[in-house]
Amino acid sequence: MEKIFGRPEALQDRVLSYCPGCTHGIIHRLVAEVIDELKVREKTIAVAPVGCAVTAYNFFNCDCQQAAHGRAPAVATAIKRVLPDRVVFTYQGDGDLASIGTAEIIHAANRGEQFTVIFVNNAIYGMTGGQMAPTTLPGQKTTTSPYGRDVKTAGYPIKMTEMLNTLEAPLFLARVSVHDPKNVNKAKEAIKKAFEAQIQGKGFAMVEVLSTCSTNWGMTPVEALKWLENNMIPQFPLGIVRDQEGGAR
Amino acid sequence: MADRVMMKGNEAIAEGAIRAGCHYFFGYPITPQNEVPEYMAKRLPEIGGTFIQAESEVSAINMVYGAAGAGARAMTSSSSPGVSLKMEGISYIAGAELPCVIVNVSRGGPGLGGLAPSQSDYFQATKGGGHGDYRLIVLAPASVQEIIDLMYEGFVTADKYRNPVMILADGILGQMMEPVTLSEVKDLQIPPKPWATTGMINGKPQSIINSLGLAYEDLEKINIRLQKKYQEIAAHEIRFQEEETADAELIIVAYGTSARVAKTAMIKAKAQGKKVGLFRPISLWPFPSQRIQELAQAGKRFLVVEMSAGQMVEDVKLAVNGKTTVDFYGKLNGTIPSVIDVNNAIIKCFASQGVA
Repeated sequence: MEKIFGRPEALQDRVLSYCPGCTHGIIHRLVAEVIDELKVREKTIAVAPVGCAVTAYNFFNCDCQQAAHGRAPAVATAIKRVLPDRVVFTYQGDGDLASIGTAEIIHAANRGEQFTVIFVNNAIYGMTGGQMAPTTLPGQKTTTSPYGRDVKTAGYPIKMTEMLNTLEAPLFLARVSVHDPKNVNKAKEAIKKAFEAQIQGKGFAMVEVLSTCSTNWGMTPVEALKWLENNMIPQFPLGIVRDQEGGAR
Repeated sequence: MADRVMMKGNEAIAEGAIRAGCHYFFGYPITPQNEVPEYMAKRLPEIGGTFIQAESEVSAINMVYGAAGAGARAMTSSSSPGVSLKMEGISYIAGAELPCVIVNVSRGGPGLGGLAPSQSDYFQATKGGGHGDYRLIVLAPASVQEIIDLMYEGFVTADKYRNPVMILADGILGQMMEPVTLSEVKDLQIPPKPWATTGMINGKPQSIINSLGLAYEDLEKINIRLQKKYQEIAAHEIRFQEEETADAELIIVAYGTSARVAKTAMIKAKAQGKKVGLFRPISLWPFPSQRIQELAQAGKRFLVVEMSAGQMVEDVKLAVNGKTTVDFYGKLNGTIPSVIDVNNAIIKCFASQGVA
């Protein structure tokens, strides 16, 4: 019998540590499939964040460094400078990338560092138990915004992809979602382009992936997917915002 | 062929590192160490190395983490307030057991402090600074030549134990010029680094650079292993210099710039008929406690001289453990003790300690 579907080689045969219904698993798989399709697994080095994906080194079947909270872009910068012919990517959440690590991501992008960033935005802190993130929606209740995010005192969700799009150096910037199969396919296409940009030595690439956190949102996984579609996408519009190959969008 | 040249301490830090095979430098400007990144920015591209002016000291130390984790000899340098910013990263580097060199051309604090030299970062360098039970190997040069030599020793020792090394200098050492001999380094002593994340090429098993031990037993095991390593370092990496201690009744204990002033004061005191010696710790961690203990058991008394309110003096007192007296003379941030100051402290010791 012909095997037509299996685990990507770039994913280890381990049970993921994510909650049931969490979309991290889908995103891990997409990254792993892309690595396999581009045949770069042996020369890939992943940088894990602090957050739910802190143990990503147990899931990706490639060399990995675990970085301090928010510092993955600095760590990835140096790995790529030391080993320019390897493929380096960071996998970061919204607290890691858009809060404590804003300086690191902006400056790595601004230097045009040649690595790929997978930015998982689920509008909340998952690992620490559901606190407000920089990407938490206006009015969204979290454990540290129990009355809902008040934009008068806590500001508005930060749109990292658009913010990085103000810089000259980045090559590829996109926001995708994984709330339905059609978008999962689009997400994979964007992730592939982001890795290809690096492999071709062209520059910095980031894909922001809208993701769910049914546990801390207090929803069923299905409700969470709907909530993402109805609430996050209007706040964080999907699409490729920068593709210097294909011109400005 | 060895070159004899005049060199500024900060330039010696950079040149010493390059000669030790360090081709990756990550830093952020701060006085009084700016000649280090400036020298690296010029030299490293010439030899195919990488210089990055990071967006912050925080980022710079995490770049060192990434580069060291990828198997390269890498370093950063800064001065006191900047080194404080690096402490998170240093703790991670110690936890992940990554070899690298961190230079602190220290200045006065606390807070923004001043630009003048100081030795008030001794506690931070030797007692932790960042979180967790970790140790840095801390080396304190006292001349520009010794900076060159210790940069090499620093990288070799870091690689030997997979442990970060700190070179603790001060603004005087960074800014002053002295003649140095630049010998050709014949053996870089770079060991193989199969643990580095260079990719799973040719069947290499997965490398993980990590300081996480989520399970309670895991973290305990990690810490037991680290402590074992630190004991090994403490047993083998003690460095110090003694002058005129054999017949001394009073021994001045001082490191770095203070040791140079103390030496002149010692010579002056000897001319005054006082039996004085000098003990200069070069490794501040591991601290040469055992030798100080031996000297205390032989009845020697001590005067600790520091450009601080008294930090290393605590380690001297721990080593002496009440066997004899330990006096202290300190100059606070921004001023350097004069020979007369130290000489007066020596005379006072002889009077109060009843040393003839």
